[in-house]
Formats: sequence, structure tokens, C-alpha cells
Amino acid sequence: MTWDADVCVVGAGPAGLAAAVHAAEGGASVTLLDSGAALGGQYWRHPVSADGALDRDLHHDVEVFAGLSRRAAALTDRGSLTYLPGQHVWTLSAGQDGCLIRALVPGPPAAETVVKARLTILATGAMDRPLPFPGWDLPGVMTVGGLQSLLKGHGVLAGQRVLLAGTGPLLLSAAAGVVARGGTVTGVLESARQRAWARHLPALARVPEKLAEGARYAAVLARRGVTVRSGVMVTAAHGQDRVRSVSTARISRDGHAEPGRERLYEADVLAVGWGFIPRLELHTAVGCELSADAHGDVAVTVDDDQFTSNPVVLAAGEPTGIGGASLAVTEGQIAGIAAAHRLGHGAGPPAGLKDRRARLRAFAAALASVYTDPGGWGERLTDDTIICRCEEVSYAEVRQALELGAGDVRTVKLLSRAGMGWCQGRICGYAVACLAGGRAADPAAALRMPLAAPLPLGLLANADLNAGTGPGDGS
Amino acid sequence: MPTFSFDGAPVPFTGGQSVGAALIAAGVTSVRRTRRQGRPRGLFCGIGVCFDCLLRIDGAPNQRACLVAAGPGLVVQTQDGTGQDDLGR
Repeated sequence: MTWDADVCVVGAGPAGLAAAVHAAEGGASVTLLDSGAALGGQYWRHPVSADGALDRDLHHDVEVFAGLSRRAAALTDRGSLTYLPGQHVWTLSAGQDGCLIRALVPGPPAAETVVKARLTILATGAMDRPLPFPGWDLPGVMTVGGLQSLLKGHGVLAGQRVLLAGTGPLLLSAAAGVVARGGTVTGVLESARQRAWARHLPALARVPEKLAEGARYAAVLARRGVTVRSGVMVTAAHGQDRVRSVSTARISRDGHAEPGRERLYEADVLAVGWGFIPRLELHTAVGCELSADAHGDVAVTVDDDQFTSNPVVLAAGEPTGIGGASLAVTEGQIAGIAAAHRLGHGAGPPAGLKDRRARLRAFAAALASVYTDPGGWGERLTDDTIICRCEEVSYAEVRQALELGAGDVRTVKLLSRAGMGWCQGRICGYAVACLAGGRAADPAAALRMPLAAPLPLGLLANADLNAGTGPGDGS
Repeated sequence: MPTFSFDGAPVPFTGGQSVGAALIAAGVTSVRRTRRQGRPRGLFCGIGVCFDCLLRIDGAPNQRACLVAAGPGLVVQTQDGTGQDDLGR
């Protein structure tokens, strides 16, 4: 089916929902595409069958979501917002006069949605950054986001004895969720060392509400006897048909395991995540300029009004730099208002919103430098550790490719098939890029892929791809 | 409670649950065997990105358990390898 809109928003999480609401309230006609079944994205994920209210023991900023949902419903009734769930956007093209967005609606039978819009706001979110370790392919090892999605979206506790490992505040909120629903958390292992925070106190002081949030989680966990250990890293997961136990070690500042500081945990679920990787497939498809931060983490570059280097494409939320839901909502508001303004509706984004964005970005930058890849994981890989889960490429095979001279993620892929499977390197791309050592030269190499979602060949064969330069060209 | 079948056994689910979530609630952690090493795999990312939870639903292979909504009477099976061995026969 084909839709025409002033603004197409891709993603209905905190950033996309805020962007869609503000663009539509500003006077633009908006089409909102999302792959999920309900508004809210991964952050405010909730069961489809519920009345749309979020469980207060699993979610925060519940009022923000409720408010945006109410406004979205009113805009839908008024005919200025069209919300289409279940849409897997697989490509975007952008020309002088506008954008063409194509989404797959999985079948059977599969169908396609085409949106012609004057401006597109990409709010595609992020995914957990996993790191490989021996046994990480065992059932029961999952991402923290996966654990959260089962709990928030489906009311399912992934296991009875849950160990969480990785880095960042999400570990604490996920652990609190498990405890709230009657599960046992056998440990929370934060790879960052506690002292890492010391030099970021000024940025912290500007967002007191975030400090209070962290303290609340810590108190909930402490009451339930859950210990949070800092400077600790998973070294291996053990089990035959599923994970049964997990080895950990205390790590030095550059990630090396300290001898004599190992420990074994029992767990039937190990949830892992070392920060986030922004979903930039669509941004790269239309050539938006990207940049890397001090850690080599890539984000799409945006101007003061959230416009990317492509004049008809805006971006908001995690793809502009990992920063959490509050920043995503703020960027979404700015993008929505700016998009409507560009199309002749209303004034531009107010200075107050931009001040708030600056405050939250400073906080996000502090978070990013503390909760980062701890390093050192490469030296704990064994020959038979799976690196590419899809193609079952072992560390020995990746190393062989490196010894043959591969110096970047693409050459490793050609020589070893790592990253050539179903997920197109979304899961292993970061690790392979680190192992290949080419990240500094081309940090975005692992992110480039021709299609943003797998689709049936028949649909590709029928798609009139030349019709992609803009609305009104009769596709 | 409505059910679907997994390798012949009934699996209950509630409205809005995915096939993968209902399987985990029923204690099933492995949904496929890999094609090279025959290793068990289950849900990993839980949000449709990793393609580790591929299984066979009503005969169609390579369906993501974490995305497909559970429905009454669905016939769900463990996927062996590519799930398309029949193409080679």
C-alpha cells in the first residue's frame, strides 16, 4: 500500500513517538512506521493486548509515554497522524523533493508498504552491544535487551536464576525487573570500575534526576540481597544444551583478567550487554555523514535542528549518539518541531528544549566514557569460540583470515564468512572490527549493509527501485 | 489457555505473546540446531536482529520465534540446519 505524507517517521520508540507527535501537532501530516506491534519501541515495550498502560514496576517515565500516546491517539482521530505497526523498513531513498520509504510487512503472504514523504525522521534506536566469550552461543545466554523484552513485552521471566553482566545502568534496571517478577538474580557484574566516575561529577550534577534513579535501583537490589560487583567480566559460559554456570574474573583497568580473582556463578540465564550499537542502516543508505567519538563508537551527525547531512532526512535518539530515553524524547521533540517548521508550519524549536538537550548530552557523554567496552576480551577467546553466530565462524577461522592479511571487517568477511549470515554482521560486526584492528580507519565499516531488513526475493524483484528519487514520480 | 504445538507437545500462551516467549515460559530454551556443528540455539537478542531463534512454523522454516505472534493451533517445530533439507531431495 502507498501513503503520502509531509513527514515520515521511522521508529515509534521514545524519539520517534515524540517526533511524530510534535510534527503532527505543528501542522504536518505524518506517517509513523514501526516494526513493533505497539507504540513505545524497545524502551517502553509492553504487551499488545494490554490497554496501553505500562507496568510501573518495570518501566520508568511512564507518564511521558502515557502523555505522548494520548496525543498520538488524538492526532490519529483528527487524521493528521497515520500509525502503521509491524513495518520492517528495508530501504530509504532521498532526492531533492523528498523521500521514498519501503517497508516489508512479513507474511505469509508478505506485503509492502511504500511511503512518499517530503521529509523523513529516522528514529531507529539501538541494540545491545554483545562481546564474544567462550560459550556465548549456548541457549540461555541472551542480551540484556532480550531479557527485558521478554519481561516487558511478554510477561515472561527468561529463567529462575539470572546473572547479568556487561556495563551501564540498564544492568541495574533489568535486574530490578527480574526481582520484581519473582526471579532470583545471582549477581550483577559491571565491567566498569567504580572509580571511573570520579572525573565526571560536573556532568552528573546537572541531571540530579538520573542520580536519584540509580540510587533507587541500587536500594531495591540491596534489599533483596543482590550484590553489584564492579570491575568484573564474564570469561566463559558453561553447559551442554544450555548455560548452567558462568566463570568470571576481576579485570584490570585495560580489561586483563587478574589471576586469582576468578569466580564461578550458577545461572540458568546469563544476560549480557556492553552498551549499545545505534541502528544506522537507513542513515547509511542515504549517505548521511557519520562520525566516531573518542572510543570509536559511531553516530550520525546532526545539526542544531536534528537535520543530518542529507537535507531531507532528520535523525533523533540513539543513532545521533547513545544517550538514553530522556535525551531521545528531547531530540524527537526538536526534530518534529523542526520538520514542521521547515515545511512552513509554526516556529522553530524553542531554546529551552535545546538547553535541555545540551544538558542531557553532557550526561550521556560522561556515561559513554565510563560504561564502555572494557577491552581485554580478545585474549580470552579460545580457538573454538564462535565469533559469527550465524555462520558458526570460530575464532581460529577469524585469526586465520587475519594471518592471511585481512585488516578490516570486510576482508575478514570475504575470507572467513564472518558477518555473511542472516544478521549481516549486526551481532558480530563490532567484535570482528575490533579483532581486525581496522576500526580506527573506518569505524562505520561494520554498519554498511545494502538492505536494512531481510526480504523475500519476489518482493525485491517486483520493487521499482528506480522510482526512488522522490514523490510524484509515479512508482 | 490457548495452545500451539512444539515438536508435538502443547505449549500454552497468553494474548500478545510471541512463539519464543511462550516457549521460554514453557521451559524450552533451544529452538534449533545449527547447520555446521549441530549446536543448540535459543533466543539471543529477543528483538528480531540476530536470527538465532529461527524455527519452523506451519511448515515454513526460518521464522523468528521472537517476532511471530503465538496463535492457537500453530504447528511449531525445532529447525535442523537450514530447515530446507527437503530442497535437496
